[in-house]
Amino acid sequence: MSVVVVATSASEWTALRVVDSLALVATATDRFLECAPVMLRDAVTGLLPDPWRWIANGLFAIVAIFAVFGLLFAFLTLAERKILGRVQNRPGPNRAPTPTFPFAKFLGKIRTYGLAQPFADGVKALTKEDIVPDGADKVLHFLAPVALLAFATLTLVVIPFGRNLVALQLDAAVLYFFAAGAATELAVFMAGWASRNKYSLLAAMRALAQLISYELPLLLSWVPVVMIAGSLSTVAIVEAQAGWKFGFIPHWHVLTPWGFAGFVIFMVAALAESNRSPFDLPEAESELIAGHLTEYSGFKYAFFFMAEYFGMCALSGMAVTLFLGGWRAPLPFLEFIPSYAWFGAKLLALILGFMWIRATFPRLRIDQLTRFSWKFLVPLALINLGNTVVWALMSGGSPALALARWPVCAAIIVVPFVWLGRAQSASYAPRTYRYAA
Amino acid sequence: MLGTGLIQGLAVTAKNLVGSFHDPERYTTVEYPEVKPKLPENYRNFPFLVSETAEDPMGTLRCVACQICEKECPPQCIYIVKSKDKKLDASGKAQLYPATFAIDTSVCMSCQICVEVCPFDAIKMDQEFEIATTDRFHGLLLNREQLAKPNSYYHQIHPTEAAAVDALLVAARKAAEEKAKAAAAAKAAAAAKADVARVSRPVNPAAANTNTGQETRATPATSAPQPPAAPSAEAPKPPPPAA
Repeated sequence: MSVVVVATSASEWTALRVVDSLALVATATDRFLECAPVMLRDAVTGLLPDPWRWIANGLFAIVAIFAVFGLLFAFLTLAERKILGRVQNRPGPNRAPTPTFPFAKFLGKIRTYGLAQPFADGVKALTKEDIVPDGADKVLHFLAPVALLAFATLTLVVIPFGRNLVALQLDAAVLYFFAAGAATELAVFMAGWASRNKYSLLAAMRALAQLISYELPLLLSWVPVVMIAGSLSTVAIVEAQAGWKFGFIPHWHVLTPWGFAGFVIFMVAALAESNRSPFDLPEAESELIAGHLTEYSGFKYAFFFMAEYFGMCALSGMAVTLFLGGWRAPLPFLEFIPSYAWFGAKLLALILGFMWIRATFPRLRIDQLTRFSWKFLVPLALINLGNTVVWALMSGGSPALALARWPVCAAIIVVPFVWLGRAQSASYAPRTYRYAA
Repeated sequence: MLGTGLIQGLAVTAKNLVGSFHDPERYTTVEYPEVKPKLPENYRNFPFLVSETAEDPMGTLRCVACQICEKECPPQCIYIVKSKDKKLDASGKAQLYPATFAIDTSVCMSCQICVEVCPFDAIKMDQEFEIATTDRFHGLLLNREQLAKPNSYYHQIHPTEAAAVDALLVAARKAAEEKAKAAAAAKAAAAAKADVARVSRPVNPAAANTNTGQETRATPATSAPQPPAAPSAEAPKPPPPAA
């Protein structure tokens, strides 16, 4: 994967943050698999003269991100279709053929169980006619998918994919991430506006309403993490989650009351931000044909899907970084597995969760969507902010106080959850019919 | 509490996700070209001609080329040419047979009226659905050789219906034989009694047989119009042969 950070800075953060993890870094960093991406990068860019090396390193990171996440996107589409199929008790796509060449006829007989499907889809998307409506704003119509993909890719830059594997180390990385992520909704609006189609425009308006509603809980849900970690840098946040309590409970933020609540709020808001079911109102096919995708075909259409999966990967990756300990292993004896493998495993687990949710829940109505955000998620996220303050204040005192903060902080978040939840579902009751039995 | 319903829903889908891997009963689809779908017994699309044996389908067609189906067919997709000669049928009677029997499946609307009017149970509905062809005119015009399928095949696709038809055919044949025997006995007795009277009207075996055949069956065939003129009136109508 991508590498720009040099090893010396890694030890700086460890010195700053957690002292006891220094020893672990020292033992784990010199394994071959752990260093393999950096060594590969250095082997490629080391051939260049010194002044050119920094730009070559940057290009290497870009290529690596596109290669890894492009392939991941290809196979995630297949995985999604397979999982949706399995949930509906059918096998899913399983008969994309292997290509046959005159010199290798035996290839046509290999059964791939659908693994060739992404490539078949890619070829189909590339060979389809690219239709631009007469009334469309040609420039914006072309720019929208490009911008969407560009913004979605920009967010991947600041995520630490492994030890020392971060393309760009920013001090305000989390802020940058959500700024770039919010811009994707601008591209969706571009697409809807440029299509000159009423369905597209309606979808674009919905997308903006959704963005404004869910941006707030999304941002509020990670503020506690920044408060506790004391930094906006993703690398520092991962460092803050290093080490194990009693040798087996990792210091992940998700394993605290405020962290768990923040994680759940973050994931719900992330679902809405990435326009995924059950919050896929902008492309609600039963109401809006395909929403902002209505006037798109061919590879532009594929670009939208690519951006959706990139966005999903980025938000899941950020959730892993903020709450699930980033690239850190869950148990000390599992450290021999390279850090990027742990990051990948956690990322895939979250994405499978996204797919599971998509397979389960029906789409929300627009008023339910906004009400759920403003009346439930935002107050809960604000309460969680105060909860974190209580947690931080109680951690400084005696051991009894440190123990007491667990039930106190759990109560601070669970009671409003139940109370707000009751208010949310108060208007819902078993349906009564006036005339039918 | 808010969220319990969501968790229940997630549990349902997870059960399906896991269950579809180890419980083939859950599958709602089949992998079609390799695995053929099990069609419901009453599924039908286009008619076929029933023959008694699979070895000699052309020789043992039940069809006697009476052309009732041709006349009844609403879209007129059946074309029959009667034979000039006669062949022995399953019960050993000399019968006409269709020299040409063609059905244009591009015109056929699968209404099953030909099946309902056939007095000989000679035409039934098929379940063959892989009928795509590259020749839309000649490929869809099925001739007698393509239409003929043995009775065993009929039993395969419509077991209940075929068993009922066979039972009716056997019963009809037995009744006809008994009636013929009784008629012969009565005739002999009458001949013995009225030996002197030289002009006694003989019993028409054709009419008697046709009637018994139609009374025993409980199909709408009884309400079907009688053939306006029996083809080749000189040939007495046989009892329908059993399988």
